[in-house]
Amino acid sequence: MKYASEFRDPVAARALLTAIAIKADRIGATRAKPTHIMEICGGHTHSIFRYGLDKLIHEGVEFIHGPGCPVCVLPMARVDECVEIAEQPGVIFTTFGDAMRVPGHGKSLMQAKAAGADIRMVYSPLDALELARRNPGREVVFFGLGFETTTPSTALTIQQAAREGLGNFSIFCNHITVPEPIKALLDDPDMTLDGFIGPGHVSMVIGIHPYDFIAQDYGKPIVVAGFEPTDLLQSVLMVLTQIAEGRATVENQYARVVPEHGNPVSMAAMADVYERRPSFEWRGLGEIDASGLKIRAKYRAFDAEDKFGIGYAAASRNVPEIPGCACGAVMTGKIKPTACPQFGRGCTPDMPLGALMVSSEGACAAYWKYAGARAAAE
Amino acid sequence: MCLGIPARIIAITHPDRLMAMAEVSGVRREVNVACVAGNDLDSLVGQWVLIHVGFAMSLIDEDEAAATMEALRDLGEAQEALDQMRAAEEAML
Ligand code: SF4
Repeated sequence: MKYASEFRDPVAARALLTAIAIKADRIGATRAKPTHIMEICGGHTHSIFRYGLDKLIHEGVEFIHGPGCPVCVLPMARVDECVEIAEQPGVIFTTFGDAMRVPGHGKSLMQAKAAGADIRMVYSPLDALELARRNPGREVVFFGLGFETTTPSTALTIQQAAREGLGNFSIFCNHITVPEPIKALLDDPDMTLDGFIGPGHVSMVIGIHPYDFIAQDYGKPIVVAGFEPTDLLQSVLMVLTQIAEGRATVENQYARVVPEHGNPVSMAAMADVYERRPSFEWRGLGEIDASGLKIRAKYRAFDAEDKFGIGYAAASRNVPEIPGCACGAVMTGKIKPTACPQFGRGCTPDMPLGALMVSSEGACAAYWKYAGARAAAE
Repeated sequence: MCLGIPARIIAITHPDRLMAMAEVSGVRREVNVACVAGNDLDSLVGQWVLIHVGFAMSLIDEDEAAATMEALRDLGEAQEALDQMRAAEEAML
């Protein structure tokens, strides 16, 4: 076991790998007929590659990388809209650094900044709020993106802006939710998924019950997990145990951080500020019902879509993705990144075609970054 | 952006806005504590929290903070978060 020394607790890791192997044998999982476990969260994908877990684990267990990287599922049209807003006179456009290099049809935000737009990388929407306070003559726009882990932060920031009556602050809301795309994947006849590893930090906010439908309606086990390697291995073992016992429930491996019912303050702020859009477009997955959030009318003054007339409602649909990219198939776990014809040829971290190659949580970036380590493990 | 980073609350800075000073690996950064505040703001001082994009989202114990920090370092995410905090200071100018 090549990487054992890298684990903080190699003894525990080895014991878990052995227990997983026994369970996998018991349910008859083999290389030819593997049990497919989807890790939904890009942070988990990153962790799996960093530690080579997919190579260390029993050959009958196959990780399918899910769509849980908010940057990766961002359609190019959304990036184009960001650039359009950022290029308006007087605007300071603020964003998390993760989104800067994502390619649009025209420019990425990085390229728009180089071309003169006032685009600034911030750590928090609170930084954008502070910029608005300090620059009353400018319109400060924050690019709100991410799942339920970051959604409360923009909701609380809008509430604060409203309390202060700031007239020059708005959010370009592209927040999305985790449960709805899982439902879409479960409804996809091409997918064979036997169980799920759920994102821990999302459940820290929303709790574990939004996943009840996976167990109850689809009969699949899901275990909410931390992102340390032993957390992941333990969660795989919990999924396999459920399969072996013919059960399907939602279990919480990460109870030391994830409360069963989530964080009430965060959920109240989200409910106050956001409502669901009828549907929202995901790169690689298409339109998914009720999967995107919109700022409620009572906070319209802080909605960049409304202020600039740019955004989802106004967007032209069906803008084609770049030919030859397999981003959609990689995103849904149908193929591995190395099976994309562009991987390492037309698409590298320096010259990305897809966001999966840019974000640290993207599967293509993870394959690229850890390719050496993976070759050594094989 | 999706993984939280552990920090210790060292002072309450703006009680009205539920803001506190947190320290992560020697870097100080003001964070919002609305999600973990409860009734007694002052009792937060000295506690460990998981911070997501400037918001404390969960109280954790010291051992969990240390383990999480180590995992984030392994993944390169700790440095990324700290770099983003520093970059944000430049963005304010
Ligand atoms: S290698 Fe590039 S083009 Fe191919 S799936 Fe990955 S990000 Fe998309």
